[in-house]
Amino acid sequence: MSEINEATQRQEASGDTGVKAGVQKTEGAKRLRQLDMARSQFATRVRQRWAALPRWVRVATLLAFIAVLYGLPNLNIPFIRTESIAFSSVLFTCAVYVLVAVGLNVVIGLAGLLDLGYIGFFAVGAYSVAVFGSPQSEIATEYPWLALIPIAIALSMVSGVILGMPTLRLRGDYLAIVTLGFGEIVRLIAVNSSITNGQQGISQVPRPPGEIDGERIFGVVSARPYYWLALTVVLICMLGVRQLENSRVGRAWLAIREDEDAAELMGVPAFRFKLWAFAIGAALGGLSGALFASRQGYINSNSFDLLLSILFVAAVVLGGSGNMLGVTLGAILIAYLPEKLRDFSEDLPEYRFLAFGLALVVIMIFRPQGLIPSRRRAVELKDRQEEVTVGG
Amino acid sequence: MNVELLTSQFWDLTVTGLALGAIYALVALGYTLVYGLLQLINFAHSEVFMVGTYAALIAWGWAGLTQESPIPGLLGMIGYLVIGLIAAAVASGGTALIVERVAYRPLRRRNVPRLVFLITAIGVSVVISELVGVLTDRHRAGIPRLVERSTVISIGDFEITNVQLGVIVAAIAMMVGLDLFINRTRLGRGIRAVAQDPDTAALMGVNQDRVVMLTFLLGGLLAGGAALLYDISLENTRYNVGFLLGIKAFTAAVLGGIGNLRGALLGGLLLGVVEQYGSALWGNEWRDVVAFVVLVVILMFRPTGLLGESLGKARV
Amino acid sequence: MKHKYGRMLGSTATVAALLVSMAACTSEEGGGSSDSASEDGCGLEIGFFGAYTGENANLGIAIYRGAELAINQYNEEHPDCQVEYVIFDSGGSEETAPGLAQEAVAHENLIGVIGPAFSGESSAANPIFEEAGVPLITASATNPDLANQGWTVWHRLLGNDASQGPAAARYIQNVLQAQAVFVIDDTTTYGEGLANEVRDTLGDLVVGNSTIQPGQADFSAVITQLQASGADTVFFGGYYAEAGPFVRQLRAAGSQATFVAADGVRDPAFIEGAGPEAAEGAILTCPCIPPSEAEGTFYEDYQEAYGEDPGTYGPEAYDAATIFLAGIEAGATTREEMNEFIDNYEGQGVTKQIRFQENGELDESVIEIWAYRVENGQIVQDQVIPAE
Repeated sequence: MSEINEATQRQEASGDTGVKAGVQKTEGAKRLRQLDMARSQFATRVRQRWAALPRWVRVATLLAFIAVLYGLPNLNIPFIRTESIAFSSVLFTCAVYVLVAVGLNVVIGLAGLLDLGYIGFFAVGAYSVAVFGSPQSEIATEYPWLALIPIAIALSMVSGVILGMPTLRLRGDYLAIVTLGFGEIVRLIAVNSSITNGQQGISQVPRPPGEIDGERIFGVVSARPYYWLALTVVLICMLGVRQLENSRVGRAWLAIREDEDAAELMGVPAFRFKLWAFAIGAALGGLSGALFASRQGYINSNSFDLLLSILFVAAVVLGGSGNMLGVTLGAILIAYLPEKLRDFSEDLPEYRFLAFGLALVVIMIFRPQGLIPSRRRAVELKDRQEEVTVGG
Repeated sequence: MNVELLTSQFWDLTVTGLALGAIYALVALGYTLVYGLLQLINFAHSEVFMVGTYAALIAWGWAGLTQESPIPGLLGMIGYLVIGLIAAAVASGGTALIVERVAYRPLRRRNVPRLVFLITAIGVSVVISELVGVLTDRHRAGIPRLVERSTVISIGDFEITNVQLGVIVAAIAMMVGLDLFINRTRLGRGIRAVAQDPDTAALMGVNQDRVVMLTFLLGGLLAGGAALLYDISLENTRYNVGFLLGIKAFTAAVLGGIGNLRGALLGGLLLGVVEQYGSALWGNEWRDVVAFVVLVVILMFRPTGLLGESLGKARV
Repeated sequence: MKHKYGRMLGSTATVAALLVSMAACTSEEGGGSSDSASEDGCGLEIGFFGAYTGENANLGIAIYRGAELAINQYNEEHPDCQVEYVIFDSGGSEETAPGLAQEAVAHENLIGVIGPAFSGESSAANPIFEEAGVPLITASATNPDLANQGWTVWHRLLGNDASQGPAAARYIQNVLQAQAVFVIDDTTTYGEGLANEVRDTLGDLVVGNSTIQPGQADFSAVITQLQASGADTVFFGGYYAEAGPFVRQLRAAGSQATFVAADGVRDPAFIEGAGPEAAEGAILTCPCIPPSEAEGTFYEDYQEAYGEDPGTYGPEAYDAATIFLAGIEAGATTREEMNEFIDNYEGQGVTKQIRFQENGELDESVIEIWAYRVENGQIVQDQVIPAE
């Protein structure tokens, strides 16, 4: 219950899944819990050590890491590189997914609203660029790419508000199913409307501008420039979201996530802040969709099905909801694993998603708090486990 | 808007919608039971259903019923129905139990946030559906015809075929059975007790693990029943049929008030009918849009679904 | 401790910066570096681009094998100068296609690609092949718009839906003598395009239209509309995965309307999904020739090699591979030379007389649209649909 914003959260904390401590006190469970605790302690130690380093070291390390990120498509690292599909293309997909995860993390991780239809915003962003930019479209405009991106962001934000207005008063699971419905509605409109041209799709989606020696920087063949662009956007957005997280808004989200009624009593206008979370999340989703469409050059309604939406949520939870680094890792895994698995099972690419599903289950069973849990979450989990132990 | 089609085909659309809605409702019960007990969305339930559709098909194959065989006579038909029902129920019930054991129990022990259950459930459902997909080459399987369609009741424009009537009656019978089981038996009381107050139930000596297993089993059995009805009425299945049907069924559960058994029935039937009307009015391509818009509108006015949520509470 | 950490991280940073600057000079993704193919024309690669796994793998594998047969035959004749056959498995998906195409063009020895197999993935992948100059011959993508994109490397070895649609309509009108036709499409590039051609040609004969969604399993609403319209014939623009259960439910609902569909349905999996009884009498058009009608020994060779009948577009794929192989034999070792060779190619394939026009299409006159019929659970040839 704690993941989803819930007024009754605290009361239910110990009996979260309806199972009382007394019944489940077995040796195995205890050991698992100890393991969890050991892990979270380890993570805390690493964090403390990192925080204790001199500032210049931290900055230098960060810069070096970023430099490596930019260099990735050129560094021919064995094992990490994908053999059967262009690596820079996979990297680009990873970057787009990371942006999606950062945006969705605002909604799920920070504000605690379970959004299963995030793909809808992604689609709105992608179609904004395609519909206004492609000469094939019925309502094509002459706007350059640089003008289309803000339009895409604005339109997704608006759709976030339109979805949020009537639905944000709903409780957790109802919100989940309504957002799921929204995602599906956006896709079906894309399928059926003549502007979006359904499955026939829209080609000649505009690309980012820029030329070197008369050659376009953003060509069709190499995905590298797109990756660099997406990476830059990701870094900027991460910085922005981090600022937001540590601001008054971030604290308000936190309060709402923990206990909406209490937050409201303390004078936090819960609805307005939830709407903000939705709008900001939607904007980031739209931006990632716009980048995706610009690289793809051709989009159709197939690219936006519900399964992808659910995978986005999986990325956030898998990585560690609420923690930016965590969701980044989650997104990379979701984007990278299926492509990487192509390399291993040459004869049997059929088993790709099977392996992916297994990985999802195994990771969640062994690291339920996510790969890199948020600090607050790790402590929370510890708290609750102590409660359980004491209670039993 | 094609109002004429709606009015001219009104009864036909209604009956088709009810027959489909009955299947939604049966699957929705699985979601609702688990939600009522544990407050978690058992996302893998759709695949529990899908496994059932294949189990009946395979059992019929073993028993000698294939696409080429002639439609069996009355006795044969009953025999095959029983075989199919047993196969689907065993397979679905078994799958549900395995899902609980493998994916949920280890997590329940650790008292993790609920969202984690959702993700494991997604993982499990990907695994099951991909496994079946790989085993069947992702082909759609045709299912042998068991019952020749014939109109059994005809009053004016209102006509209903034997299959449609059978599906609706069978689904409602299963639901009444479940309702009686939950409300009248000792085990059912255990389920209600845990749903109401897990802590007190535990103190009173209710074995929670057993109650949870029982609930998953019940959901699985009903999904098996739904799978059989689906096989008979739609006569085809595929590794991915669970996904969309699962979403519809979950929508139905929410529509009626998740956790509420009678709500699931109401939600399922309503969704089935609304879809048919919507598809007649605005064209088949908008059918799912209509379904979801209805959901949003109803939730805006009744935020906990049509009948409100409760597994234990309403019927104390 | 603190110092050690600091130094370690500092040096990592330096190393990383160095690595990046070094690597920036080495580039592994050469776009269009086609002149690096081996001089003697040995070790060249021909690619297959399409669905080898996934939902629509049936169609993809039939194409893959048709071409494989030709390449194996070539390699047997040239034991010391082999041609490699590479699979680029798109799963038929538009999202995968660009990344995969990018990987394909980075294969330096790749001199031509058979595919992309479907229309949707063609739209997504062809711009990349075009820029890299990799010659393409598709043996199956039938969307008419593909020819109007100005791609110079793209060729189509069969009729498109603009010839198939009207042909199907003519068959409905003249052979079936239909009075009222209900047209359904599945909203895909292929299905909708085709259905619209049929709608245009049939004009007033069309008494109703509807759509279904790919993946849909319950067609009761469409069938209700169909029966209400009083149609005696139904045209279905879509793939076998939905066509099977659709026909089954149509017959179960008691409708006897003649079922007509096109090449996307012409697969044994259609009969599997529909059941032989419901599929009986269905008419399937296809710009592909019956494999047994193929010239030469293709049919026998294929049966010997794979122990089964060639699938839809198997013969066309065989022809596509043959053109590439002829190019290699004629000494084309670069992508440009190969493309030029294809543009000027003239010859008799196992399916038809081949000569590409400026836009990559074949000449109208050599395109034959066939009608097939389902009879006793088998797809059998019916007739060539006569031209206008």
